[in-house]
Amino acid sequence: MSSGKHLKGVHVDHQKNTAGMPIIPMPVPERVYIPMSMHIGAPCQPVVAKGDHVKVGQLIGDCDKPVSAPIHSSVSGDVEAIEQFMTQNGRVDTNIVIKTDGKQEIAETVVPPVIESREDFLKAVRASGVVGLGGATFPTSIKYNTKPGQVDTLILNGAECEPFITVDHAAMLAYAKDMVDGMRTIMKWLDIKRGVIGIESNKPDAIAKFNEVLAGDKDIEVLTLRQVYPQGAERVIIYECTGRHLIAGKLPADVGCIVSNVSSVLKLQQYLTTGMPLVSKFLTLDGNVVAKPQNVEVPIGTMICDVIEQCGGLKGEVKKIILGGPMMGRAIPRDDFAVMKGNSAILCFDETFATQRKETACINCGRCVAGCPMNLMPARLSRAFKDKDIDALREFNVMSCMDCGCCAYSCPARKQLNFEIKQAKSLVMEDDKKKKAKAEAAAAKAAAKAEAEKAKEGGSK
Amino acid sequence: MADKHTNLIVSSAPHVCNPADTATIMRDVVIALIPALAVAIYVFGFRALLMTAVCAAACVFFEWAVRKIMGRENTIGDWSAVVTGVILAFNLPVNMPIWMAVIGCFIAIVVVKQIFGGLGQNFANPAIVGRIALFIGFATPMTTWAVTEKMSQAIINNAGVDAVTGATPLAMLNAGAAELPSNLEMFLGTINGSMGEISACALLIGGIYLVVRKVISPAIPVSFIATVAVLAAVMGYDPIFQVCAGGVMLGAIFMATDYVTSPITTKGRIIFGIGCGIFTMLIRAFASYPEGVSFAILLMNILTPHIDSITRSKLNGVPKKGGAEK
Repeated sequence: MSSGKHLKGVHVDHQKNTAGMPIIPMPVPERVYIPMSMHIGAPCQPVVAKGDHVKVGQLIGDCDKPVSAPIHSSVSGDVEAIEQFMTQNGRVDTNIVIKTDGKQEIAETVVPPVIESREDFLKAVRASGVVGLGGATFPTSIKYNTKPGQVDTLILNGAECEPFITVDHAAMLAYAKDMVDGMRTIMKWLDIKRGVIGIESNKPDAIAKFNEVLAGDKDIEVLTLRQVYPQGAERVIIYECTGRHLIAGKLPADVGCIVSNVSSVLKLQQYLTTGMPLVSKFLTLDGNVVAKPQNVEVPIGTMICDVIEQCGGLKGEVKKIILGGPMMGRAIPRDDFAVMKGNSAILCFDETFATQRKETACINCGRCVAGCPMNLMPARLSRAFKDKDIDALREFNVMSCMDCGCCAYSCPARKQLNFEIKQAKSLVMEDDKKKKAKAEAAAAKAAAKAEAEKAKEGGSK
Repeated sequence: MADKHTNLIVSSAPHVCNPADTATIMRDVVIALIPALAVAIYVFGFRALLMTAVCAAACVFFEWAVRKIMGRENTIGDWSAVVTGVILAFNLPVNMPIWMAVIGCFIAIVVVKQIFGGLGQNFANPAIVGRIALFIGFATPMTTWAVTEKMSQAIINNAGVDAVTGATPLAMLNAGAAELPSNLEMFLGTINGSMGEISACALLIGGIYLVVRKVISPAIPVSFIATVAVLAAVMGYDPIFQVCAGGVMLGAIFMATDYVTSPITTKGRIIFGIGCGIFTMLIRAFASYPEGVSFAILLMNILTPHIDSITRSKLNGVPKKGGAEK
């Protein structure tokens, strides 16, 4: 059921050079470097020590804080070191360095979980280590822990609207059945009535595959999404599938939805049936200097430079490496970072792609307004940001920006609109903090005064 | 470990962008003006080309010179000065002395555009203010219209057998002329008037090109032209004549759609277009000038900030005032 109305967006050249390529497992590297913070929430603490022998799927990092996801070894080998160094996020983090033995022995703990209740199911989701694999890396166990009856729709996100990336497409073709089984399991334990699989219309084979697997299932339907970026953004896909608006600061569950990426559901289903937690990631390796563009399965913790070399290397001088798609992906300064749970592509480009375009004057053309899925006015926000006008930023709903980049993509003056808005958001957040601290201080002062007066009154009696 | 690559370029996402930039947009506008230029050359002869070239060159020169004097970055590469020059030339009669046209270019580029901060900062359309300044400063040359053989018989008849100057259809209507050009002649442009205004057909082709290339949205031209047509019908004029006459087509497609001086949202653009249409018809019907397009657009340019502030785009999913938000 589509409401017939759509959110705005932009048409981006798809560049899906690796479309139709199967996912090939990459050889195990010599060492993996597994960071303890690959999700939103509290970082994990290592539960192994230097010198320990670990096996594939063995728990190596965990945390007792609620918002977190455990981390498992992606290889078998020996823990060589537990060190602090910078990860791809730019944060210094604890990393477990494992020297691999190449045997890829599977840990004894890898057994399918026994699930008899909703609580068991949520426990299993947490134990699987699965986080939002579309890139958000929000722990799935938290996402699924909704109030009973709160959620009526489970949306399987197979939009894959970013250019270049084709792993979700490849995974859908190869594992459609597992994904549907995963959906059914989730719907069963979370008591969700309706399932929707959203796929952009540029993947007709995936749509056909799901329709074949579903074979007339009454509860789950496949919804063909338009080829407009960003169909895969959570707020956009919720609107396209249900007609409900998810406004900033609310969770999908507040509008009765759970959105999960196709690979998250696949990895969860694989854990439920085999007991193997999330230890590898499907990645698209592409870009104009990549010798052999392809889709690969990579053990988590593999260095990006190892992935590039193992998969055919480069055919030119690389000047820019992007983790993720070119619309929202992160450009990294060097490539000796480990692959983490949230990565979905490694794109390598030469100078022609990396050149920064010169910013010119805003001509008020309105393309940013016409492209914004959230109906914001990016040009206005940019002006307010330059003026450091926090009231105006609030008035023009800066916090509703989801950083999809449609504004900057369409700007003919080449303004880095969403970058400015991102900075503007932190300005507003800082201001909020200040205001809150001020209010708290004032409240404390008032309370102290009242207390003192009470004491005084008591004394005078 | 494999060979590392370091010193990579880091920048904020998105890492790709739409190929259209300011220069390609402005170039598209120039391309869209070519059909009208061709008709102008056909009807008025070589001088039309000369005037257009001189105005474009003068605007580019002034843009370059004033930026240089002000110690600012050179911006002639964005083609916006060329657009201003060509549109200003299109607003002038073909036999206007060239030095006057150059003064118009000076006013447009230096006074209206660069002194206010250059592209993106001007509050009014430079070409329109240039035209209005010339219209007020040099009223006679600005309203002396040459008659050529390519023109409609009605115009030639009205001008008299030996006359070399004639009136525009709107002036003829204002003066109550007996014979007006037919609507087909008005549409095709074998009429008298400012160089680029005469052919509704050629301007329309340019407009369609701009809409197809997504340079302009049809909101302003459609609401502008529709308002003129409806008001003309209400006031008892011939709507097709009113739409094709004078500067409505040139104004609606090329001048009112100037990004800088028109609202940013579609809603705002529709209000802007309707406003332009209303003022145009009010001036045509009730003011002493036969034509009001440029004044109408100038007025709406000035109102644009206010239109923008009342037509802000509303956040998705936030209920309208009074609605219960939960």
